[in-house]
Amino acid sequence: MNATAPVYTRKDFQTDQEVRWCPGCGDYAILAAVQSVFPELGIPKEKFVVVSGIGCSSRFPYYMNTYGFHSIHGRAPAIATGIKLANPELEVWVATGDGDGLSIGGNHTIHMLRRNVGLKVMLFNNRIYGLTKGQYSPTSEVGKKAKSTPYGSVDRPFQPLSVALGAEAGFVARGIDVMQPHLKGVLRRAAAHRGTAFMEILQNCNIFNDGAWDSVVEKEVRDDRLLALEHGKPLVFGKNKDKGIRLNGLSLEVVTLGEGGVSEADLLVHDEKNPNPAYAFLLSRMETEPGFPTPIGVLRAVDDAPRYEDQVADQISAIQAKKGKGDLAQLLRTGDIWEVK
Amino acid sequence: MATTMEATFRRKETLEAAVIRFAGDSGDGMQITGSQFTNTSALFGNDLATFPDFPAEIRAPAGTLPGVSGFQVHFGASDVHTPGDVVDALIAMNPAALKVNVADLKKNGILIVNTDNFKEQDLKKAQLTVSPLDDHSLDGYRLFPVELTRLTRAALKDLGLDAKSMDRCKNFFALGMCYWLYNRSMEPTYRWLEDKFKDGKAKLAEANKLAMKAGYAYCEATEQFQVSYEIPPAKLTPGLYRNISGNTALAIGFVAASQRSGLRLFQGSYPITPASDVLHELSMFKSFGVTTFQAEDEIAAVCAAIGAAYAGQLAITTTSGPGMALKMEAIGLAVMTELPLVICDIQRGGPSTGLPTKTEQADLFQAIFGRNSEAPLPVIAASTPGDCFWVAFEACRIALKHMVPVIVLTDGYLANGAEPWRVPDVADLPAIDVKFRTDPTGFFPYERDPVTLGRPWAIPGTPGLEHRIGGIEKQERTGNVNYEPINHERMVKIRAEKVARIADEIPDVVPAGDPDGEVLIVGWGSTYGSITAALRGLRARGRRVGHVHLRHLNPLPKNLGEVLRRYRKVVVPEMNLGQLLMVLRAKYLVDAIGLNKVQGKPFRQDEIEQKVEEVLA
Repeated sequence: MNATAPVYTRKDFQTDQEVRWCPGCGDYAILAAVQSVFPELGIPKEKFVVVSGIGCSSRFPYYMNTYGFHSIHGRAPAIATGIKLANPELEVWVATGDGDGLSIGGNHTIHMLRRNVGLKVMLFNNRIYGLTKGQYSPTSEVGKKAKSTPYGSVDRPFQPLSVALGAEAGFVARGIDVMQPHLKGVLRRAAAHRGTAFMEILQNCNIFNDGAWDSVVEKEVRDDRLLALEHGKPLVFGKNKDKGIRLNGLSLEVVTLGEGGVSEADLLVHDEKNPNPAYAFLLSRMETEPGFPTPIGVLRAVDDAPRYEDQVADQISAIQAKKGKGDLAQLLRTGDIWEVK
Repeated sequence: MATTMEATFRRKETLEAAVIRFAGDSGDGMQITGSQFTNTSALFGNDLATFPDFPAEIRAPAGTLPGVSGFQVHFGASDVHTPGDVVDALIAMNPAALKVNVADLKKNGILIVNTDNFKEQDLKKAQLTVSPLDDHSLDGYRLFPVELTRLTRAALKDLGLDAKSMDRCKNFFALGMCYWLYNRSMEPTYRWLEDKFKDGKAKLAEANKLAMKAGYAYCEATEQFQVSYEIPPAKLTPGLYRNISGNTALAIGFVAASQRSGLRLFQGSYPITPASDVLHELSMFKSFGVTTFQAEDEIAAVCAAIGAAYAGQLAITTTSGPGMALKMEAIGLAVMTELPLVICDIQRGGPSTGLPTKTEQADLFQAIFGRNSEAPLPVIAASTPGDCFWVAFEACRIALKHMVPVIVLTDGYLANGAEPWRVPDVADLPAIDVKFRTDPTGFFPYERDPVTLGRPWAIPGTPGLEHRIGGIEKQERTGNVNYEPINHERMVKIRAEKVARIADEIPDVVPAGDPDGEVLIVGWGSTYGSITAALRGLRARGRRVGHVHLRHLNPLPKNLGEVLRRYRKVVVPEMNLGQLLMVLRAKYLVDAIGLNKVQGKPFRQDEIEQKVEEVLA
């Protein structure tokens, strides 16, 4: 934060618009976290743009007193890319959901990540379509009984962070609506990342998919079902900090410290800077195996790839430096010219 | 008798105009050959119009009927408006090209045929059992059988090229023949070859030059050609000219609008025939600060452009019919968020994939009506390749002044066709005045300009103007989300009124030809040339006929209804089943008559003349 940075409070980022999420929705908590982190960033308010698609999560911009664009279903990454290309100085955040970002807008999500556009992406994952009143989503578990699948869904879900890593993401992290301090930490880390920062935020829809994340976030089970990642620390979890994750060949395994001679030295040490995305990929899907915890925090933070908008701007500058700025009169006269008298 | 002596006995005839068509396999380089002849004729000072016609396949099976590629050029000593109804000289590189094109060759026309490609297997590929060279079917033409392949190889034998590379030069042998036949200089093509094959490919430049010279010398030496032709330069409006295609004109029109508005140009696009060349062109103009974004799909292309417009750039997206269909939801968003954006539809044959390389103008309804709900926007269309420049400029002007997305319609015929274009002076291009809102006092995102009804352009990064926009209905003035019934109806009407008011600055239409009388021909888009030529023909025969060509298709010029009523009949030629026709009938309750052609080809002059005669009968 520099000396001239404006001083804001959370209130500065609140709008006068009535928030219209259902009472008890996890989105309120995410909004509160963002509104409390933005003032800390030392960025003038007018530089923020919040872009969204369609869905409950995509109402987000209306409640942020910044520039905001509530667009059409799935297209927020494409619109945000255009904004960033037009003005790389802007701080552009994308609010999307599991349906918006991974189903109708899946193509834009992967290409935004591939290009490494300097966007911060919050994917609210409630594993359901809320705004259309309860159809299963691309992250719903197999067998999901919902409005459109009364006999259970039969298609396989995505792991959002695996998708992001497959699309060359440099930053992937996971937070949870109800774990405010942790979520704010994730938001701060994303804000500091230059390339695309992709966050999956586990969020409860108390109307159409209540308790979707209870099995991992309920206070009684949380310690045994969540693994809070910290760079340079071994992968340890459990109420008694007695369980850990060990690498076995190309797979992960859960081990108990002290059993069978296992010590902390045998465990994987979290390395968010690991240049090989295979490591983060293993983390991104380990909870799909029985007995494994759900990792939260920053899975991967490798910021060495150039940002797309910088590359585009640099190419233009380089060509202008070499050829000079374009001259319209000359352009009009390009090619073979003749004069009629 | 020595051939050189004989040459002196040859005649030169002066013609007012000529039409030649190069036809061959899609790998034979017919488009390059035609373009070179065109460019040389343009530099010589002829007026001209071209019609490149090629298959959608990059290399359809060699020698087959679907693989035939053609390039027709009409060049003359006075105004040329169409590529020509009939062909004076046809160059056929194989039996398939002959079979597909010979019907368009006029009686006693020149027919140059590469006889080396008339072996049994070549005939079979063209689904011929007997060679047309042997069955007297070509007796009505001046047939010149030439061993093009053998003669080209003979000319290049000392260069040490392989047979395949030598054979690739045979189109330049044919070009050389045409240069002799029409008394053209080979210099412009020499220069083009030197430029194209620099950087270590000088041998290929040399080979093509040699082939061309050999073709020229062949005509000079052989007894076959007794007559050559001269087409004097045309008397065009004084000025500097260049030969230009529609897609190039469109691209530089956008650069010009960017320069004259002081806004950086942003193009979001996804490759699609026949629009891709606009992306190719603009991607070369980085020195003008142009950003070209090749998106992951058509939807991302328009959405990124909307994002760039929101952030304060001059944003455009370019596509063809199927891509337009994909973009429509986003265009509706631009209507709702009232952002300046230009969307170009380079129309092609449809529906669906249709005829990707052929022309059509059947996207008018899509442009005017193609979005969900009431989503009006201005639609303008270019009438000639050079006009694409002015239409691009005009679209930007309207978009920026009225804060509205604008659709530009051109088509495959304009995109790839070329004409001499008088280069404007930069000073003659009007400045486009752009004001970003900066004052936070009394700012409302949907406050309106009292004249245009445009809303303020308040771009992110401006202190104190933080606000939210989106696709949900807005409250009048504040722009806040609002679902009230009366507010919605008012906003629907305001958006419509905003577009309707653009008519206040559209010039009145002034009919070409007779200002009133028997028939008014109303056209739009690329039919301009055919209608102009037909109008001349009809009036020469004493018909009292006028022609209105609409650039602005929505809103329509204010005096159009009055003009329509000055004529006994109204004829509307369109390369669709009657789309403008339906608009005119609905809006003006006029009993207009359609002339409709959807063959992937432009109208011939005589088709329009016949229709008018039929209406008059």
